[in-house]
Amino acid sequence: MADTAHSGTPARPGPMGRMSDLLWRRPGLLILLLILPPALWLGVIYLGALFALLAQSFFSIDPFSGLISYELTLSTYGELFRASNMDIILRTVAMAASVTAAAAIIGFPVAYYAARYARGRWKALFYLGVMLPLWSSYLVKVYSWKLILAKEGILSWLFETLHLTWLLEAYLSLPVVGGNSLSVSWTGTFLVFLYVWLPFMILPIQAALERVPRSMLEASGDLGARPAQTFRHVLLPLALPGVVAGSIFTFSLTLGDYIIPQIVGTSARMIGQAVYQFQGTAGNIPLAAAFAVVPILIMGVYLYVARRMGAFDAL
Amino acid sequence: MHSERASLGLKIAAAAGLLFMHLPILLIFAYAFTTEDKSYQWPPPGLTLKWFGVTWARPDVWEALSLSLRVAAISTVIALILGTLCAAAVARTRFFGREAISLLVILPIALPGIITGISLRSAFNLADIPFSFWTIVLGHATFCVVVVYNNAVARFRRTSGSLVEASMDLGANAFQTFRYVILPNISTALLAGGMLAFALSFDEVIVTTFTAGQQQTLPIWMLEELVRPRQRPVTNVVAMVVVLVTFLPILGAYYLTRGTDTVAGQGK
Repeated sequence: MADTAHSGTPARPGPMGRMSDLLWRRPGLLILLLILPPALWLGVIYLGALFALLAQSFFSIDPFSGLISYELTLSTYGELFRASNMDIILRTVAMAASVTAAAAIIGFPVAYYAARYARGRWKALFYLGVMLPLWSSYLVKVYSWKLILAKEGILSWLFETLHLTWLLEAYLSLPVVGGNSLSVSWTGTFLVFLYVWLPFMILPIQAALERVPRSMLEASGDLGARPAQTFRHVLLPLALPGVVAGSIFTFSLTLGDYIIPQIVGTSARMIGQAVYQFQGTAGNIPLAAAFAVVPILIMGVYLYVARRMGAFDAL
Repeated sequence: MHSERASLGLKIAAAAGLLFMHLPILLIFAYAFTTEDKSYQWPPPGLTLKWFGVTWARPDVWEALSLSLRVAAISTVIALILGTLCAAAVARTRFFGREAISLLVILPIALPGIITGISLRSAFNLADIPFSFWTIVLGHATFCVVVVYNNAVARFRRTSGSLVEASMDLGANAFQTFRYVILPNISTALLAGGMLAFALSFDEVIVTTFTAGQQQTLPIWMLEELVRPRQRPVTNVVAMVVVLVTFLPILGAYYLTRGTDTVAGQGK
């Protein structure tokens, strides 16, 4: 009672009231009560599981019995540097980089138009035009490309109707990017990745472009810059954090995906598929865990660089 | 002077980008009506409504759909509670570990899904937890928290703290303040966040493959059909229905938060 008396308000009645008074006087306690359930959930379930996995990467698998030997060792990490495993890592990083670059090139005009020119109804249309593909079912999107790229599918039909089948065949006979048909080629995997992650690139670029004040572009023009110069020297540097922010998504999502290359692509594996197989059919959890550390490390470096470039302000 | 009209090249590039994002989904709709059931032949040799009836009569599709809906509903409820609590704590105050908490919330979705999935699976194995409905929910709720959190934290930041102070000064207790002052202010943001969390859970496949035992959610069912096609026309119909069903919460979330500074759904 004495506490509340000198603050000038009467105490609230009942146990609920007393609790309210206590929380009001001790905001720290309130914060603690608020934060405890989510912190416990994420801390115990998520971080606990994550550390349990990472710890396993320091064990190794006994080559004779196939059982996990629980002695701390770095030999599992050593296995990552074997030629076949290095191939998987480099292949995945190359794919992630090309998907990211292509998404930036295709996504930029969409984001640019939506941010600078679209008004009213068009603005909403552009917004939903990016949001709906972003949120539609991942598997359905992958499935639609299986339909498109199939040998008897719409793309082959299109080439045939235009009498360009020779062009498609010439392309498919190329090494690396080609294959038996588009649905079992690197090009196919690339297209599906590009399609599925493109909206993740557009939204941050658009957010960054919308923050560029119009007066800055007018000032550049008034000072004699041609539109191309304004674009190159004013707009592009200001949009770059948005591009970097978008690239975080496209890069990270491509690094860890194992379903797309499994459904559309060659038999050459990517990191996600390697992790999946090592923990599943091969039963080599330590190597799977070590492989899982690779995208975490790559993304750690990537995020550090992105932070230096100010990408987090554009998220 | 900066011109106010877009050049033709830009218009074409922007329109082409949008078309690239939408045509493949529209193609699914055409395939749902095809009479061809062995291959992905284009153009469809004929159109039929037969496959809708066939799909309707398939118990495995209904079971998968029902499991997906139940998982999404419960995960959304858990995510709503945890996300709102977290947002309330982070939005208005600074405390020790605040940055760590906001990073922790984003982590399950920032790291590749396969890592979240395998971590949970090996943790379940270590703790001898059998796979069940609840292991799926556990995984889904973990990555759904961030969607609710993002929406709620933006709204909390815009809501003036003096409203809460006024309510408390006027004698309302903590519960009344929450019920009559805070909740009406954040309700649309929570509804939007909840819808997005629902959509996210309903569609999730990567984490689910690791946290589900024998049970099939709808995405797992679809994945099976993609890897080993059994009845393609049924898959086509299910794919079309999934597209239509996920559009509803997205449109709903958009209309609920339209006109505010942060529109829901920007960070998936």
